[in-house]
Amino acid sequence: MNGNGRPALELRSLSKSFKEKKTGRTLEVLSGLDIEVRPGRLTCIVGPSGCGKTTLLRVMGGLEAPTSGEVFLGGKPVRGPGPDRGMVFQEYALFPWRTVLRNVTFGLALKGIPAREARERAEVYLGTVGLSGCEDLYPRELSGGMKQRVAIARTLAVEPSVLLMDEPFASLDAQTRNGMQEFLVDLWMRTGTTIVFVTHSVDEAVFLGQDIIGLSRRPARIVERLENTLGYPRTRTDPEFTGLRARILEYLVKEMAMERKI
Amino acid sequence: MKKWKVLSPLIVLALWQLLAGLGLLGKSTPTPVEVAQGIYQLTVTGFPPGYRLPGHIAASLGRVLLGFGMATLFAVPLGILMGWSPAFDNALDPLVEVVRPVPPLAWLPLALTWFGLGMFSSAFLIFLGAFFPIVLNTVSGVKSVDPYLVEAARTLGAGEATVLARVLAPAALPSIITGMRIGVGIGWMTVIAAEMVGVKSGYGLGYMILTARDVARFDYVVAGMVVIGVIGFLMDRLIKAAEKRVLRWR
Repeated sequence: MNGNGRPALELRSLSKSFKEKKTGRTLEVLSGLDIEVRPGRLTCIVGPSGCGKTTLLRVMGGLEAPTSGEVFLGGKPVRGPGPDRGMVFQEYALFPWRTVLRNVTFGLALKGIPAREARERAEVYLGTVGLSGCEDLYPRELSGGMKQRVAIARTLAVEPSVLLMDEPFASLDAQTRNGMQEFLVDLWMRTGTTIVFVTHSVDEAVFLGQDIIGLSRRPARIVERLENTLGYPRTRTDPEFTGLRARILEYLVKEMAMERKI
Repeated sequence: MKKWKVLSPLIVLALWQLLAGLGLLGKSTPTPVEVAQGIYQLTVTGFPPGYRLPGHIAASLGRVLLGFGMATLFAVPLGILMGWSPAFDNALDPLVEVVRPVPPLAWLPLALTWFGLGMFSSAFLIFLGAFFPIVLNTVSGVKSVDPYLVEAARTLGAGEATVLARVLAPAALPSIITGMRIGVGIGWMTVIAAEMVGVKSGYGLGYMILTARDVARFDYVVAGMVVIGVIGFLMDRLIKAAEKRVLRWR
C-alpha cells in the first residue's frame, strides 16, 4: 500500500471494439473508460450481464489489447499479460494434471525461484487460503470452492501488484459463494492486496467493495462511482447495506429497461 | 457374466478341435492341439530350422518399436505445432490429408530403393502407418485444450515455449496416448504385411508365416497368427496400463 497517491492501475479513455465475424460490423464493447484503482483497495466493477465487464478485466490483464486508450500499471503502460497482474477466472483454470501444490508452484518456477523455495512459498499461500494438507490432491478431487481457493493461492503466490477477479464465485452454489465472499474479505484484510473484482451481482459488489464502479449496458460506460464506507465484516441486513444495494439496483434496472426498449 | 469371458473362448476352441479333428474344415486346417504343438516346435527347433520363435518375435517387435518410436518422435511435436498455430495447420493439413490415405505397403517399392532389404524398410512402413493417427490425435487434443488454461499460464508469466511444453503438451496427453495406441496397433499389422512382401532376412513373424505356407505347414501358419494376436493384445494392454499411470490425474 504505497502512500504516494499514484493509482495501482489506471485506465485512460479506454475503448474496445470487436469486429463481428458474421456481419463484419464493428461492435463497440467499452467506450471511453477512465478508471483509477487505488492501491490496497478492493474495487468492485458491477454491470448488467453482457455489458463488457469481462472484456474490461481482460484488457486490464493484458489478454486483450484496447482499441484505443491505455492501461497503466504503477504508471507504466501495460502490453500483454504478465505476472504483475494476477488473474482469477470464473472457470478456475487449474491445470488438471498438476497437483494442488504444483499448480501453485507453476508461476514460481517461471519466476526462476528454486524448487525448494517455491515449494515452501506455495505451502505458505495454500495455508493462507486454508488448504494446508491438500498439497498432493488433484483438482478433480476438490470442490468448486476449494478449486477457486487454489486458483487464488496460485495467483497470489507470484505476488502480483493487482489481483484481477472475473466473477470468481459465479459458478458456486449460494452457500459456498457467501463463504467465499467472507473468505476473500478476510484474505484481503490479511494480505492488503489491491483487488479488482468484476461481478454482475449487486449484492456481491456491496458486500465486498470499497470502491464500486457501475457500468452501463453495452457499450460499457461508467454510470456510477461510489465509495462504500461500511466497515467489515458487513451484514446484509444492515439498513445502510440494503440502501446502497437498492441504489445500485435502481440504476441497473434502468439500464436493463433501456436495453429492452432498443 | 464374467465367466463368459473364459467360457466363450473355450467353447470356440472345443468346437474348432471337434470340427477340424473330423476334417470338416478342409485338410489344411490344423486343430488347436496341432497349433499348440506348432508353437512348441517353433520355440524349440524353430522354423526354418534354427530360426526360433523368440527370434521371430524379437525381429518383428524391433521393427515396430523403431518405426513406432520414430513416428512418435516426429508426430507429437508436429501435432502440437499444428494444433497451436493455424498457420502451421493450414500449411501442413492438406499434405497430411493426401498422404494419409496411401496404404503404407504402397510405399514398399520406394522404401526398398531408399533403405534396401531389411530392418529400415519395414520400420519405415511402420513409421508411415503409426505416424498419421498420432499426428491427428495430437492436433485434435491440442485444439480442444481449454483456452483458459493457456490464458492462466500467460498471466502467471508463461511465454510461448512454456505454453507449448507445460500447458498444451500435458493437456493434450490423453489424446496423444490414444493416438499412440492406435498407431502401435497399425504398426503391428503393418510389420506382418511388410515382412510378408519385403523382408527376406530370415527372422520375422510375417516372414515365418509365409515360408510355412510355401511348405504347407499350416500348423506353423496358425501358430504365427496366434502369437501375433497375443502380442498385439499385450502391447495394447501395456499402453493402457501406462496410460492409467501417466493420467492418474483424470
